[in-house]
This record gives sequence, structure tokens and C-alpha cells, in this order.
Amino acid sequence: MNHRLSGNEAVAYAMKQINPDVMGAFPITPSTEIPEYFAGYVADGEVNTEYVTVESEHSSMSVCIAAQAAGARAVSATSSCGLALMYELLYVAASCRLPITLACVNRALSGPININADHSDSMGARDSGWIQIYAENNQEAYDNFLMAMPIGETPSVRLPVMTCMDGFITSHAVENIELLETDVVRKFIGEYHPEHYLLKKENPLAVGPYDVSPYYMEHKMLQAEAMKAAKARILEVAAEFEKISGRSYGLFEEYRMEDAELALVLIGSTAGTAKAAVDKLRDDGVKAGLIKVRVFRPFPGEELARALAGTKAIAVMDKSEGFSAAGGPLFAETRSALYDLNQRPYMVNIVYGLGGRDVKVEDIEKVFDRLADIAVTGETGPVYSHMGQRSKEETA
Amino acid sequence: MKVVATRPESLTEEKFHYCPGCTHGIIHRLIAECLDEMNLREQTIGICPVGCSVLAYDYFNFDTLEAAHGRAPAIATGVKRMLPDRCVFTYQGDGDLASIGMGEIVHASLRGENITVIFVNNTIYGMTGGQMAPTTLIGQVTTTSPYGRKVEQAGYPAKMAELLSQNEGSAYICRMAVNNPANVNRTKKAIKKAIQTQLEGKGFSMVEILSTCPTNWGLSSIEALKWLEHNMIPYYPLGEFKVKD
Repeated sequence: MNHRLSGNEAVAYAMKQINPDVMGAFPITPSTEIPEYFAGYVADGEVNTEYVTVESEHSSMSVCIAAQAAGARAVSATSSCGLALMYELLYVAASCRLPITLACVNRALSGPININADHSDSMGARDSGWIQIYAENNQEAYDNFLMAMPIGETPSVRLPVMTCMDGFITSHAVENIELLETDVVRKFIGEYHPEHYLLKKENPLAVGPYDVSPYYMEHKMLQAEAMKAAKARILEVAAEFEKISGRSYGLFEEYRMEDAELALVLIGSTAGTAKAAVDKLRDDGVKAGLIKVRVFRPFPGEELARALAGTKAIAVMDKSEGFSAAGGPLFAETRSALYDLNQRPYMVNIVYGLGGRDVKVEDIEKVFDRLADIAVTGETGPVYSHMGQRSKEETA
Repeated sequence: MKVVATRPESLTEEKFHYCPGCTHGIIHRLIAECLDEMNLREQTIGICPVGCSVLAYDYFNFDTLEAAHGRAPAIATGVKRMLPDRCVFTYQGDGDLASIGMGEIVHASLRGENITVIFVNNTIYGMTGGQMAPTTLIGQVTTTSPYGRKVEQAGYPAKMAELLSQNEGSAYICRMAVNNPANVNRTKKAIKKAIQTQLEGKGFSMVEILSTCPTNWGLSSIEALKWLEHNMIPYYPLGEFKVKD
């Protein structure tokens, strides 16, 4: 089926096809439309989801945790400060091994208040124990949401999954996308039959109890093992998804990387812009390539190292500031992943697009120009910099 | 020509961004007139919310502090405790105060914080595009209650003035409306009384003001004022609920 949908509607439609048991709903720009579309499906009887209009995101995630613990499938959607307010519960969901599915529509965190896209919200939650899968466009936002439950619910994983898309750029722009038939989706997702749930009479259960020092660390270790196991499961689910959709997904996408000497590593909708820049440079004979990281948690470090091993210079582009004084989070992890290579390429970090600042094909070309210089001279210049930063005189 | 009315000094020259027919502009002006008349402009610190009135700091001609969604009473508490001789007020909508900020408003009132709260109730989340709020009336159509709010799904609308009037720490609690000139004048008097309550150190004061949202209600400005009168006032009665001596 070919349709024209915004990213938000595509995700809401995926939710409708899944027909989850519970949705925790609280409006926040730019994810508001997801619970809004879904409210229409509930009102029209197209789903039989328990739709709970709570008073805050802290409560929407609490509702999801409780519903999932009761053996149900729970979903929610949020952005920015909403995700930040859920922060306490994100850890609870992950540590209780409750495979909730959350659509995160990426938006800058306060302050200053800003409603536009960057990855500071989900990057802030990167160590909460959730699987994180990022979309470049509306199609991927839809597909990623459909793949989330088969990934998260599998017994070797049992972790919550956050599917992310860029606020407004992806959530509100309308694109042509291919939707699957609902019966195909239902068959792909399957029924949810958790091994443990509240009031299973054979197995009395306390969910989320106090954990003492002699056991706490073992439980954390189990979570860490589950995150490692998720990598293989993500690829398995992608292979199954390809059979029903014809669309192929990996942990990341390699674009014209086969003989690339200069490469970008980035996440999300900017990949579309970067692909245009790569094509242009390739036409000019420049061996440019792009890696679009799709799965950030679990982090595909070894796979990235293999894919980037043959390059001479790399720019990792972070759409969030980490305030580490040493670069953004994607840079830190990518550079660490490449440490074990015998011959390491030069690497720089460019923080860009904060609070929705636009990035154009020419901006990406400039990054490649810089990489070309670095590859020739071996001089990286400032390793950690900010794209398009105006001078103090210009902003005065 | 004799000048009979001017822009209050407590308002900047900035034009309001609010939708046509929205009553935020009236309420901003009432606050500004009260502060001018009480000669408080240079002693006042306003706490701005998240919601349609997030840009209130562009319009008020005095210092303001931006709060996270719902947290304005806690922010006001910090300012007032540090600067007890200043006039400190929060400006909050129902999607802010009665929803995500329910904890902060109740506890500020319980503690008897000597602050003033201007609570603008239009029964809907305005800025995010008209979703059901805790104050949405039974049967009211919103984008998340397309066939009207149902009690079995979403419970009952929050009566904040009545709720907070039960707290010992509350010194002055009232509900007003800005749907006609008489009510606008009453609202102005109530705002002055609330600020006076704070100046006298009596404790927590709140003026709930019934307001409109023509855009998200899908009504013209005039129809919205009538809707307020015929639908909101019967459920949210006007008057003073707590006046501490």
C-alpha cells in the first residue's frame, strides 16, 4: 500500500495495526500528534486499547510499566522534557525487563526552551538500558516501530525499545511511504505471551522490589548481557522484516562506503542531506561515503570499526552536545570503537543542528573538504568543533 | 485631545501573539494595570509557564523567570523565600497547573507560600493543539476526546479553586471570568485583592480566571464567550472560596 503520511501519523498507524493493550498519553510538542491520531482510532473502535490520559509523562511511563508487568503490551510517545521527566521510570522499565515500546520524537531539551529537533533528549537517556533505534525518514519511523516489539519481547532480550525520529523534519513532513497490510503486521508481531506477569497463579511475583548489594550487581549484569544479545536479535528481526516488506535494515546503513576514503558518521534525518552531498562529491571523483547509525543501543562498535577500517579521515557528526568538553556522545563511542584498529583513520567531531538549526548539502560538502585536507596533511585541526557557529559579533 | 487611557507601564510595546478572541491579552493587561496602580512594577517578579503564555516574558515589562512545565509554584517559592519583600506571581494555564503541576500547586498552597497565582483555565491544552486537559468538561470535544470527554475513561474535571480553598495555607482563593465587561472588572479587583493578600503576608493566593480558546474550541470569539458562560460557569461557579482575615 502506498500512502502519504507524516512521521507521526506513520507511527500512530503502526500502533493501530499492532493494537496494543495500553497507551499512556500526554501531549508534548512535537510528538503530540501520535496520541492524538491514536485517540481517534480508540474513539472509532478501530483498536481496543486502554487509552489513559495521564497528568504527566512520569505517569504515562508508570502506567506503561504497570500494564506491561500485568502481561500487557504498552506503548507511549514523547519528546524532549517529556522524556526527561520519564527518566526515573526509564531505568525501572529496563531493569524490570519490561519490553515497552516508546516513540521518541527527538526535540532539544530545555534550556533555553526550544521545540525543534536535536538528539539531546534520547542521547540523555542512552544509558538507561533501553534499546534505541533511529529513523532517517517516515518509512523508517514506521518500520522501526513495527520491528520494536519482536526485538524487545524475545526472551533473550526482554528490554524496552525506544524508536526515535527527528522532530518536525520527520514527524511533521509528509512523505510517500509503503504500509504493510494489517494482517501481515499482526502475524509479524505475533501474540505477546510473557513468561512472568502479575497474578500468574503458578508463580507469585513482586515486580521491582528492593535489591540488596549481594544481588544488585548480578541483576545489572543480566541487563548488560541482554543488551549484548539484542544485537543479534535486531538483525534477525530485520531479516524477517525484509521478507514481508522487501526493505533491508542493519545496525547501520553504509552509503557508498565500498572504497570510501573520507567518511561521515551520523544519526537521523541528516543522512538524507549527507547522501546528496556524497553523490555530488562522488560525481567529482571524491571517494566520499556515509555511515548512518540506526541502532545506537546496543552500540555496534565492532561492526563500525570494520566498516570504517579502510577510510583515511572521518567526521563524526553529533546532533547533541554532551558537555564532556571532549565531544558529543556519538563521537566518544565511535572513536572508542576504532581504537583497536591497527591503522586508525583521523577522526574529528562536529556538533551540528542543535535546537533545529538547519544543515544543508553545502554544509556537509564543507565537512568533506575539511576531511580531504586532513587526509592529505595529517593535520586534524580542532578535533571537537561546532558547525555554523556564529561569532560573538554576529550574535550581538 | 485629552488622553484617557494608555498602555500600562507594566506591559512592553510587544504585540501579543495570541489567537484572535483569546483572553490571555485581557488578563495580561489586567495584571499590568493592577501592578501599575499599586506602584509595584519595579518590585515584581513574574514566573512564566509552559503553554500558550510561555512568551509572557515578552509582554510583561518587569523581570521574569521561566519555569519547567507545571513547576512555577516551586520556582516562585524559591524567589519569594530569597526576596520576601518583592511581589512574586506565577502565570499558569490549566494544562500546566492542574495537570503536570498538580503536585507543586497543592504543596505551595499547603505550605502557605506567600505568592500569588494567576490561573488561566480554558479547559484545554492550547499550545499543543487542543488536547483533553484535567479541566476539560464532561462531553467536551477535544483532539484526544473526539466524541467528548467520558467519565469512565478520563474521570472528572478538576475544580482547582474549590480544592485549594480547603488548605489552611491558602489565604485568598477565588474564581473569576473575563467573558464580559462586568466580569473583567471583577477579575481586576480580585487580582488586586490577591496581590494585597501577598503584600500583607497572609499566605497563598490564587485567582482562577475562566478563559476562552476559540481556536481549539472551534468557535468564533463571540461564540466562545457565550460557550464559557453557558458551559463553564455552571460547572466552575464564580466567586470567592477562601478569604482569610
